[in-house]
Amino acid sequence: MAKVKRSPWLLHYDGSSCNGCDIEVLACLTPVYDVERFGVVNTGDPMQADILLITGGINTQNQEVVRQLYNQMPRPKVVVAVGVCACTGGVFKECYNILGGADTTIPVDIYVPGCAARPQAIIDGVVKAVELFQQRSDEHEAMIKEKRRNKKGE
Amino acid sequence: MTALLSFVIYLILAPFIGGLLDGLDRKISARMQGRIGPPLLQPFYDVAKLMHKQNIAVNRSQEFLVASFCMTQILAGCMFFAGSDILFCFFIISTGSTFLVFAGAITNSPYSSLGSSRELIQMMAYEPAVLLACVGLYLASGSFNVRDIVMQDTSAILFLPGFFLSYIFILTIKMRKSPFDLSTSHHPHQELVKGLTTEMGGRNLAYYTITEWYENVFLLGVVALFIINKNPSSYIAAIIVVLAVCFVETLIDNVSARVKWNFMLKSTWISTLLLAGVNLLILMLV
Repeated sequence: MAKVKRSPWLLHYDGSSCNGCDIEVLACLTPVYDVERFGVVNTGDPMQADILLITGGINTQNQEVVRQLYNQMPRPKVVVAVGVCACTGGVFKECYNILGGADTTIPVDIYVPGCAARPQAIIDGVVKAVELFQQRSDEHEAMIKEKRRNKKGE
Repeated sequence: MTALLSFVIYLILAPFIGGLLDGLDRKISARMQGRIGPPLLQPFYDVAKLMHKQNIAVNRSQEFLVASFCMTQILAGCMFFAGSDILFCFFIISTGSTFLVFAGAITNSPYSSLGSSRELIQMMAYEPAVLLACVGLYLASGSFNVRDIVMQDTSAILFLPGFFLSYIFILTIKMRKSPFDLSTSHHPHQELVKGLTTEMGGRNLAYYTITEWYENVFLLGVVALFIINKNPSSYIAAIIVVLAVCFVETLIDNVSARVKWNFMLKSTWISTLLLAGVNLLILMLV
């Protein structure tokens, strides 16, 4: 099985966040934390991304955008909700336009709590996501092999 | 026999050398920014991962076009290292780049379409310098064939300093380094997302990356061609110059911001005219 976990590429989407978590996500790329040590690239392209990082809650306007971004990402993929707003809706939960956390729209795998989530917590979440990404990639590969075998059997 | 040998060596080793140079580039860039940076072999990990991702192509013919791009670029490199006509190699490279432009434009995505048109402008910007470099090498050695150029008594750069500098100038465009990485960039965030390669994911992006490694080794081979003469020790000098050029490109990449296309076109043509043109006049008159 290929070691895909050495090269996780992130897609960062800012929902209705207050920008606190976004700044912390970007802080992870700076010299102090430097997530590129783990091969992490903060790409802007869903077609090339492996891990979707969502900050902020889901509202009626960005729900479709989040869904589309998720669908545009090729399998295997992992979703990380960063900050309490992306996890549950946070302080904005009762607002008329907020639907709740990211899991109201797409399946979320890792929840990183905090307001704002600290860079250490984000990196920890990404490392967990990377393990899951490896696991999914192995499953994906096994599934493809199984399909091929079935095709040959026919 | 040597031609066949270098042909095979290029075919096998070029992606490894290209990938290592790419890794070195990322590492040095990170050190320049005060970061630790990714492992040296990171580009290989990236390509290995891309091969295992689901392949989503908006348009089926994209795969064919990327494969054609890959084949033509490898063919040009192989011909170069086998010692054939350098002009021929560059024409094949240009043909291959057209496949890439089509691969970007065919998806109908606004980002990659715009990236494609910018790629065409880039081609327009660097072609004169490339052609003049070929002409210069001909004037210095009396032959377009690589195998004759490397058998001269003195290095071509002694007659062609202007051609060399103008070639290094356009190498920034060809290697997709800032300030001229208009069509697609190695840096993940760009005003055009990923430009030309926005709609490439999975396998297609992996093929594109490997092709880029082949192409870079070919382009750096042309740099070495300016240095190499029939003295075997000149090969060591050529390797040092090539590594120095790589370092300078990384440095330029890190200290400059992306420019607009009209500035790129103007500055490239002016530098070509001043450096290569004046050098050409001197060579023809003296």
